[in-house]
Amino acid sequence: MIDAAIWDIGYLVAALLFILGLKKLGHPRTAPTGNLYGASGMLLAVAVTLARIESETGILGWELIVGGLALGALIGTWMALRIEMTGMPEMVALFNGFGGGASALVALSEVLGRLAEGNIPEGVPLYATWIAIGLSGLVGWITLSGSLVAMMKLKGGFSLPGGKWVRFPTWGPPWLNAVKVLLLIACFAFIWLSIQEPTNPQWIYGLIGCASLLGILFVLPIGGADMPVVVSLLNSLSGIAAAFTGFVLMNNVLIIAGSMVGAAGLVLTFVMCKAMNRELRDVLFKAFGGSGDRETVTRTKVGSDPDEVAMLCDGISKCIIVPGYGMAVSQCQYQVREFAEILEARDCEVKYGIHPVAGRMPGHMNVLLAEANVPYEQLIEMEHINSEFADTDVVLVVGANDTVNPAARSGEGPLAGMPILDVDKARVVVMVKRSLSVGYAGVDNDLFYEDNTMMLFGDGKEMMTQLVQAMKEL
Amino acid sequence: MIELTLAALVAAVTVFVLAIFLGFELISKVPPTLHTPLMSGANAISGITVVGALLLSNVALTDGDAPLAAKLAFIALVLATINAVGGFLVTNRMLQMIAGRRRK
Repeated sequence: MIDAAIWDIGYLVAALLFILGLKKLGHPRTAPTGNLYGASGMLLAVAVTLARIESETGILGWELIVGGLALGALIGTWMALRIEMTGMPEMVALFNGFGGGASALVALSEVLGRLAEGNIPEGVPLYATWIAIGLSGLVGWITLSGSLVAMMKLKGGFSLPGGKWVRFPTWGPPWLNAVKVLLLIACFAFIWLSIQEPTNPQWIYGLIGCASLLGILFVLPIGGADMPVVVSLLNSLSGIAAAFTGFVLMNNVLIIAGSMVGAAGLVLTFVMCKAMNRELRDVLFKAFGGSGDRETVTRTKVGSDPDEVAMLCDGISKCIIVPGYGMAVSQCQYQVREFAEILEARDCEVKYGIHPVAGRMPGHMNVLLAEANVPYEQLIEMEHINSEFADTDVVLVVGANDTVNPAARSGEGPLAGMPILDVDKARVVVMVKRSLSVGYAGVDNDLFYEDNTMMLFGDGKEMMTQLVQAMKEL
Repeated sequence: MIELTLAALVAAVTVFVLAIFLGFELISKVPPTLHTPLMSGANAISGITVVGALLLSNVALTDGDAPLAAKLAFIALVLATINAVGGFLVTNRMLQMIAGRRRK
């Protein structure tokens, strides 16, 4: 029997690796090392735990332990390597839900295990353990059901077994907020009841039901444009759930890693809200940003063709490319870079204007453009590029809509107050877009109908390929 | 199970509060390029709940069956491992792209 302190020292080293890993993840140069540190910390924590089990009670059964680790590792690897970069946000949401669900299940397993053994404490330990079990369950089940809804929303819908595509609804009348509050109160009531009668698992089951429903109702009214904020918040919650599970098992590495992720996720959530000029409260409880009633398009605009745009781009001296979710969907970042290289070969200055919430995740565009080997120095953030649009000859907007919609300046409607890229100040705006339909926020875009706007209607990849071809033929 | 004392509980709450403040300070100025990898990496770290799942999964099977508590712990173990392994791999993929660009 080895002194139990040795395991805590092992966990301390793992926690240190997590802290250093998170810190390094925040800087471009050290980020890959940071991720490696995090993974090493995880490996160490698992190794220490296995050694601890072996030393304390001996491995009672390898089947569950080895089977669980192997199955999880296989599925995780398969999912991570298979996913396209466009599907990344959904994947993060899904992984996040798994993390929250795992924490909730550990807490539930602990309760049932204790009930089966008749190991129910009294006094302070009862309150501490049962409150931790309750909170871990509450946060964990909210994270699981909320993340699954968020994933569906990011995907836009799901296909039924028959192959029929169903759009995921966004629904949230004002009275729903009252229901959410009631559900939350019910959750706390169930936790209180479970302490009063710890031998009765029914209260815990009641908590699971209420918390899962709360998670669904929490995400259901939030529009697609706000989904990154929600996923980030859920990421924070899954950390908190792990920390509460740490209290259930009195395990420091769970408490440290969980609460750190919880805090870091919250910081990221606020960073995103700030970028959209929104209050977190408004995002979560005001239910707009694609609330379903999309304006019907009544105006028309004659589309241009790639040859026309190519001729226009001949001899210009400055071009700014503004990518959006459409670029991610059609995977046309390589064609975009090719277009940029042709222009550069003709002495045209090319920059990329990156809106902080372009795509479905902060940094989404940066990752895609990095994939296509676009030089880092050309990616300019919104604050720095907005002053440059006035002396730009051509702005090429690839699959972006809400982030360039001048309606945001008007102070009315869902987009009101969101900072946008001032592309309308450029001499000519070329927009590659499938149609005149509204963006995620559900607001019509006046920019489409301006005289200095040229629309290239079609799939991003197809249009960019044609445009590159047309440029080469000039 | 170690008997939970008030002192141990207070110590755990202390660690909890300090780690939260640490988390706030760790992530303050992050360039937007790294927001998605950071979210994904932090998410992978929350797979640490795998430790809890492991501790509760240490149950011998009798006739190929296990108590409900152990089954739940097993599901938790699978989910947490997916979260951790998948999370770190996806983060690594994203960061490799950024690194690849830097080398050019």
